[in-house]
Amino acid sequence: MEVAIKVAILIQICLKSVAKSNTKEWKRGSGGVRFLVPLNIMEFAELIKTPRVDGVVLHRPFMPTVEGTLCLTGHHLILSSRQDNTEELWLLHANIDSTEKRFVGSLGTIIVKCKDLRVIQLDIPGMEECLNIASSIEALSTLDSVSLMYPFFYRPLFEVIEDGWQLFVPGEAFKDLESMTDEWRLSEVNKDFSVCPSYPSLLTVPKDIDDESLCKAASFRHGGRFPVLSYYHKKNGMVMMRAAQPLTGTNGRRCKEDEKLINATLCAGKRGYIIDTRTIAVAQQAKARGGGFEQEANYPQWRRIHKAIERSNILQESLIKLVEACNDQSHSMDRWLSKLEASNWQSHVKEILTTACLAAQCIDREGASVLVHGTEGTDSTLQVTSLAQIILDPACRTIRGFEALIEREWLQAGHPFQQRCAQSAYSNGKPRSEAPVFLLFLDCVWQILRQFPCSFQFNENFLIMLFEHAYASQFGTFLGNSVTERVKLQLSQKTVSLWSWVNRPQELERFLNPLYEPNNLVIWPSVAPQSLLLWEGVFLRWNRSTKCLDEAYQEMVHIIEYNKELQNKVNSLRRQLAQLETEDSPLQTP
Amino acid sequence: MEHIRMPKVENVRLVDRSSSRRIQVGTLYLTATHIIFVGKGSEDRNELWVLHSLVCNVVKHKSSQSGYPLLIHCKNFQVIQFIIPQESDCHNVYISLSRLSRPEKYEELYCFSFNPNVDKAEREHSWDFLNLKAEYSRMGLPNKLWHVTPINREYRVCDTYPADLFVPKSVTLPVIVGSSKFRSRGRFPTLSYYCKENHATICRSSQPLSGFSARCLEDEQMLQAIMKSNPGSRFMYVVDTRPKLNAMANRAAGKGYENEDNYCNIKFQFIGIENIHVMRNSQQKLIEVSALRSPSMGEFLLGLENSDWLRHIKSTMEAGIFISKAVAEEGVSVLVHCSDGWDRTAQVCSVASVLLDPYYRTIKGLMVLIEKDWVSFGHKFSHRCGHLDGEPKEVSPVIDQFLECVWQLMEQFPCAFEYNEKFLISIHNHVYSCHYGNFICNSQKERKDLCIKEKSHSIWPHLWESKLDFMNPLFKPDQSQNQGLLRPSTAPYCFKYWRRLYNRFDRELHPRQSELDCLMTIKEETQQLEEELALYEQKLAVLDKERAKTLYMQKGVLDSKQALWSLPLDTSLANTPQDYIGGFIGGAPNVFTLQQGERESAELSLFGDKPKSSDADSSDQESGVADFSSHSSGEESLPSEDSVKYPDSDETGPNRA
Repeated sequence: MEVAIKVAILIQICLKSVAKSNTKEWKRGSGGVRFLVPLNIMEFAELIKTPRVDGVVLHRPFMPTVEGTLCLTGHHLILSSRQDNTEELWLLHANIDSTEKRFVGSLGTIIVKCKDLRVIQLDIPGMEECLNIASSIEALSTLDSVSLMYPFFYRPLFEVIEDGWQLFVPGEAFKDLESMTDEWRLSEVNKDFSVCPSYPSLLTVPKDIDDESLCKAASFRHGGRFPVLSYYHKKNGMVMMRAAQPLTGTNGRRCKEDEKLINATLCAGKRGYIIDTRTIAVAQQAKARGGGFEQEANYPQWRRIHKAIERSNILQESLIKLVEACNDQSHSMDRWLSKLEASNWQSHVKEILTTACLAAQCIDREGASVLVHGTEGTDSTLQVTSLAQIILDPACRTIRGFEALIEREWLQAGHPFQQRCAQSAYSNGKPRSEAPVFLLFLDCVWQILRQFPCSFQFNENFLIMLFEHAYASQFGTFLGNSVTERVKLQLSQKTVSLWSWVNRPQELERFLNPLYEPNNLVIWPSVAPQSLLLWEGVFLRWNRSTKCLDEAYQEMVHIIEYNKELQNKVNSLRRQLAQLETEDSPLQTP
Repeated sequence: MEHIRMPKVENVRLVDRSSSRRIQVGTLYLTATHIIFVGKGSEDRNELWVLHSLVCNVVKHKSSQSGYPLLIHCKNFQVIQFIIPQESDCHNVYISLSRLSRPEKYEELYCFSFNPNVDKAEREHSWDFLNLKAEYSRMGLPNKLWHVTPINREYRVCDTYPADLFVPKSVTLPVIVGSSKFRSRGRFPTLSYYCKENHATICRSSQPLSGFSARCLEDEQMLQAIMKSNPGSRFMYVVDTRPKLNAMANRAAGKGYENEDNYCNIKFQFIGIENIHVMRNSQQKLIEVSALRSPSMGEFLLGLENSDWLRHIKSTMEAGIFISKAVAEEGVSVLVHCSDGWDRTAQVCSVASVLLDPYYRTIKGLMVLIEKDWVSFGHKFSHRCGHLDGEPKEVSPVIDQFLECVWQLMEQFPCAFEYNEKFLISIHNHVYSCHYGNFICNSQKERKDLCIKEKSHSIWPHLWESKLDFMNPLFKPDQSQNQGLLRPSTAPYCFKYWRRLYNRFDRELHPRQSELDCLMTIKEETQQLEEELALYEQKLAVLDKERAKTLYMQKGVLDSKQALWSLPLDTSLANTPQDYIGGFIGGAPNVFTLQQGERESAELSLFGDKPKSSDADSSDQESGVADFSSHSSGEESLPSEDSVKYPDSDETGPNRA
């Protein structure tokens, strides 16, 4: 009985929110919770001791405080003032990175730190209520089972016209490749994911290498990640491949099939580059654990270059320090700059971008093919291969192209999103396998976008949106660590794809770059420290008022739209005039 | 001319700082006014013109195999490296330049020989372009409480002040004289800015000669009168922009600050802005950081931090904010001083004015502000900018800091300013260039004695002519948040490194496509479209009425213009990769260094089959533009650039040797 009342209240609140769907939070975060509240409240009822508290005060920086009713559902924390003109807060539990609670008398305060880096404060009257809410949030935000995640409960309020799950299938991409070259084939060797559990079922490999050789090469590479095609450079036919480290070990094991596979990508007499994303020292150490790198003697046609992209736990630490620096309330200039420097974040951006530029330079300028790998081939490798494509390939700078790139080089290539994005900058536990690998990639893209503001079809908001959804989302796209896991979870049947939502014209509008003009050239960014900026849109997003910047953006849009409007008017008038002229002229001739 | 030991040196190599692979061979000329380098062979006009007055210092470096390097640092942060084949030539150029860049007399400065093709009337007219009288009347002065005192007409009371000064009407001449005797260099309190809406004012002076106990009745009366001239207020602020310690140290020398007990109704406030020596050293460190070749991120950020430059910018900004808030929000008048009242005081008054009054955020307004708070009030441009050979300790980037404060504000308020950063950079350039007479000398009196107006030209009409280049396309004066007081954030992350100024000549460090340029082009096109539209509408109306016999279709603007902004703006650069191998410089065959350094020589043959690859980086395959042009053609990057000149500019004509 009691539960039923609570549910009723929740539904009431939710419906109210739907009615006010013009509010920002609603639109942005939670496109449609209406129908699932009764469903999932039952499953999570045990974890929700106090589903509702009145008189809660919400504090957010640069926004007025809101007093209202706090409700917990299975997947959301909702705060509504039940007044028509105030914004509501809808927060996915999955977005909560950590919480802190404090008490002053019987007034409790919960500080909620989110994965999108926002920090909010809830003042909750009543110690018991506060404790209950805090423990519920904690439990609900750290659910272990993927199948309990919100995407499995979310039903879209919009009609899915173009199913994002069907948009980027490997076969389609291969058709494009086939039109350019016949050197490659699509292999089904990993059909059941047994050769490489982190690879997709279809892989592009050199035509002359049979599946048996692939299996042998796979056994020579970390995690079975044998070299596969990542990118074909149409201009000169050079390619970029990616793999995991070879398992040479301390006694210098070699694998003829692996050598043959790589060499098959070189034209006669040509040589290529192997870009190892680790320093030579790290690569040497890897030998002791059975890993290693390609020995020149066995790969005489290849030249190895070592770069120094850091591994995941160091990146995670860097993110934590950076966000700490950004949230520092002291007004000291020295402290800010030294903390920014000590976080090393900008150094990571520089290193990753430099390595990607190097790969692109080898391909485009040196006319050489490239193989990229680090240790596992699922992190720094993907940063490099995907950024190099953005530099080289204008298609990747369109919205569709960029989505396809993320599908191809991140999701299907087996970047372990679930693990890497389990926690963000406020995690206080010891990091397990969390790391802002994808965020660093997005940061690098933003840097290129800043330097080539007219060459991208999307704007900064698009990148920020991807960051948010990689960490917490109502869509299933970033769930799971590999294609294998996604198939097992039946994501494409049970959840909605992010792309189904993003690609709707209504949504797409705010992600379009008004300055975009297709630029078919290779774009070489500057990687000098003076040229690399802090990505304020993400890291200072909640620490500053953006009123003036938003206004500037609006003005820019206005200037461009007005220009287009005038062009259209002038064109139509010109046509009209021309028509009148031709109508008139026959009358004149006789 | 007598200083030129070597008018011409052949086979000089000009090295691109960003990459020593880009080298151009040509002839170096020394004229009475410029260093000129003319590149050999190429069809582009590869010429580099540098004014001697912009040269900060000349350094000879250790000889290399290719010759004797000569490094020239300029006051506009350009760094030029020549390699001269013969040691004696190098030495002669070095000696000549060292002398030419440090003139001993005003008469040697470029502004006295600069002779553009304008007649006398036009030149005289150029000095009337700005009129401070009009500016004060724009503020609402004189009025019933404030008037111009004739006391300094002959510069007798204070020789570093302008002739016309605003003081409260209630103040008698003996009070002014008495007050001026109690102030360093006679710089008595006088009006800098008047707020029409609430009668609050910003006044400025130098420090009082209070020592440990001295007081001056007239000075106290003076402050009292200023306070009373703001009828709504019951007190006024006295802001000493120095750190308290510095001010206290001054007391021992018989100077110091106001004692609150002696002055009725003042609130005294220290704002710790450091002195000119600290600022000079700070900027020196900043310049070193900006000129690092391929620094790591850590080196750059730590260097930036260690320079303390942004901390100083922040404290200047905070002082301006304090004053602007006192005036706009509290309606309280403020008296600002430092030691002499011509450095920090000028900075702080002008920053506060920009925050307070939207007029100073327009192109004309900023010109007026500089003319008023800096030029007329005796900022010692000659000393601070080192126009003449003199005491190096007098040099300090005080006005640089003001311009940078404005830039920092533009970053926070992108729609609040009529001008863009090119305007600020152009002003910066001309403050140092000695090309025009405005920033010569240390005071109005000196300029009058030197007949600056009769012998040189004014910069302002020249900048006004290039107005279109200086416009901010996003400027929205009508937006409420751009009117009235600007309230900037002073969180440390709001203060940024000004790359466009300090790395101004390192083109490869800047975005390859510029949002600003794009929007400016679009706006220009929009204007043409509007005209075209009006024309068509008119024609259509005529046609409709008369069904006229012939209609002459004009070729539309669209056809020729449409593609203009859609092209990537700087494709030549966009298509040139830089060194992505941490700072390693060399020809393409060994661009890629193996970090382990093993088998270096064996690996070099890797590209042996591609002899042409060494050209890959110096010329662009897709656009076919020799990318060396990126160094010498400053033309596209900035308008009205005077340090980089071309022979077709008539300005330089008469001076070519």
